[in-house]
Amino acid sequence: MSGILASMIDGLLVGSVYGLAAMGLSLIWGVMNVINLTHGAMIALGMFGMYLLFGLVTTNAYLLLLPVIAAGLVLGIVVYWMAVHWVIGRSELMSLLSTFAVNMMVIGIGTTLFSTSPYNVNFSLPGITIGAYTFTGNHIAAAVSAVVIALALQLFLYRTRPGKAIRAVADNREAAELMGISSTAVLTIAFGIGIALATASGALVSTMFPFTILSGGAYELKSFVVTVLAGLGKPAGALLAGVLLGLLEGALTPFIAVSWIPLIEFGLFVVVLVALPHGIFGRATA
Amino acid sequence: MHFENIFLPRWIVKQVTLLAFVLVLLASVGFCQQPITIGFTVSKTGALNVDSLEQYRGFELWRDQVNAAGGIKASGKSYKVQFASYDDESNSKRVQQLYTRMILEDKADFLFSPYSSGLTATAAVVTEQYGKIMLTTGAAEGKTYTLGNHYLFQMFAPAPEYLKVALDALKAKDPKATVAFVYEDAAFSVAVVTPAKAYAQQQGFNVVFSEAYAPNTTDFSAILDKVIASKATVMLGGGHYADGSTLGRQLYARKAALKMITLLVAPDSEKWVELGDAGVGVCVPSQWEPQVTAKPQFGPTVAQFDKDYRAKFNAEPSYESAGGYAAGLILQHAIEKAGGIDAAKVAEALNATDATTFYGRTQFATAPNEHGLQVGHSMVLAQWHKDKSGKPVKQVVWPLASKSANLAYPIR
Repeated sequence: MSGILASMIDGLLVGSVYGLAAMGLSLIWGVMNVINLTHGAMIALGMFGMYLLFGLVTTNAYLLLLPVIAAGLVLGIVVYWMAVHWVIGRSELMSLLSTFAVNMMVIGIGTTLFSTSPYNVNFSLPGITIGAYTFTGNHIAAAVSAVVIALALQLFLYRTRPGKAIRAVADNREAAELMGISSTAVLTIAFGIGIALATASGALVSTMFPFTILSGGAYELKSFVVTVLAGLGKPAGALLAGVLLGLLEGALTPFIAVSWIPLIEFGLFVVVLVALPHGIFGRATA
Repeated sequence: MHFENIFLPRWIVKQVTLLAFVLVLLASVGFCQQPITIGFTVSKTGALNVDSLEQYRGFELWRDQVNAAGGIKASGKSYKVQFASYDDESNSKRVQQLYTRMILEDKADFLFSPYSSGLTATAAVVTEQYGKIMLTTGAAEGKTYTLGNHYLFQMFAPAPEYLKVALDALKAKDPKATVAFVYEDAAFSVAVVTPAKAYAQQQGFNVVFSEAYAPNTTDFSAILDKVIASKATVMLGGGHYADGSTLGRQLYARKAALKMITLLVAPDSEKWVELGDAGVGVCVPSQWEPQVTAKPQFGPTVAQFDKDYRAKFNAEPSYESAGGYAAGLILQHAIEKAGGIDAAKVAEALNATDATTFYGRTQFATAPNEHGLQVGHSMVLAQWHKDKSGKPVKQVVWPLASKSANLAYPIR
């Protein structure tokens, strides 16, 4: 196997997790026009949620995703009522500042509790070796989990009444309310799901890499790039864009120093914002 | 009528007089024991916290032992050591603020460096500006000493020495090895790897890959794919604990077919054993290991330091811990030689230092173009082995004169 192919497979695996992280950001933006700056902090909480649960119940770490997702959902609902509900419909700057404040609170409390020292979830699954290259079991399991969660979200949004209500509110809130849908309940659930996706991605990252309470920031930035690539407010596209971003990273790294990758990614971010404001999937997934 | 009969019995007068005499004596002893303030920052939080806390423990043990022995004694006076220390959060901006604060507000008499070359370079700007002596430990980068500083004294052997021991050991074992360098893009590791690459080529090794990674890197997949593609048989590099331990884990998980892995700093920490099998076989250049004995001119023996450290912290001392203790010991020796805490006289005593302690030899360069650089201390190469019970243990494998075990090569 060539180094380029191995690198692209690695990119594909980690890109799936980028995609899952971005889905939460994209969903919240799409439904309520809120740029959720608690996203990185929630990813970090997902990491620590997995770490603490794994410390309590030593089992297959991926089985612990369900309680992390459930806790993320509840946390999202709490944050919605604490900081988001009151600024919905007002200037976007208000929700930006409000979520930023929550982000700072979470980081502050997290730093007090966990310091900024690195933590690990000491769990590993056997990997797959092809030639000189080994793909770790954790990377593969994390990528598969990300895709399964993303598909479950799609099924929820397209096959269930609450999911359809979320799409209806995202499409036209007033019309949805005229049809008897409680937009407040829908926004609460949507925000909760967005945060649950962020915590799930954090939990998956924690099984692959060490983390600190500040680690969510890097994935938040990736999520912004992925969300813009996919087109704002398109959660399904976010998964694909995440995979594409991972593939791009994998394809480039054999030829350039890894430290150049963020520069290229954010260059792409600006180009897509200017040239393709609806994202690379634009109309197709709109 | 006798005087004492009117006021107090004679025996009470005698007792009171005696008591007053004792109190005056104690007070005068107390006045002789002046406090001496040593300022430094510790990375209690942030990426450097593991290594920094080990260094801090070394400072603490030295302070407690000195004070228990009545303080630093110089010219008939006794100085009780007290610390002024803060959390720098592994952040150079905090270091700049805090070293200024320790000098101006806490009135620190002397300073120890923070942990890491990057933070120390920042602190040195401040301490030199105020003409304060700073003993640097946990900081091997040498550029800071070429800037004409007068009050900076380095305890660690300089950066070029780190991978030299690994390459010397490799040369003896496998002169045809192909070498990859993967290292943190930080002051210390760049200062280590740059001369090491030249030395590797000079020794006839084929350097097939070299790349630096960002200090906060957690995903090494891309770089490790490149190392594997380069067909390197040996990998040298790393940086500090956070990145080095991650790199070690991922090298093992990816079953990279390397015959030798040498990482900077991280494998020296007692926390390295948490890596389990992933940590076994990995080498680390070390400033100090308990297996290397030196006959000290003053201070504890290696065995005594090792025993006291374990007793106090219930942990094995690392070379950062030994460096921290030795910094205190060398400063204490200089104060004793100088006969007090006058900065110019203590600096003069430090310039004249050529001493062997449990930590090994210490001597500072005095030429203006490298003043304070450590020129007496030498390094060893340690490697993680398993003992008979399967427990990971660190062994000295190079130089041969100091070895406690043979270099395991290839590692798996």
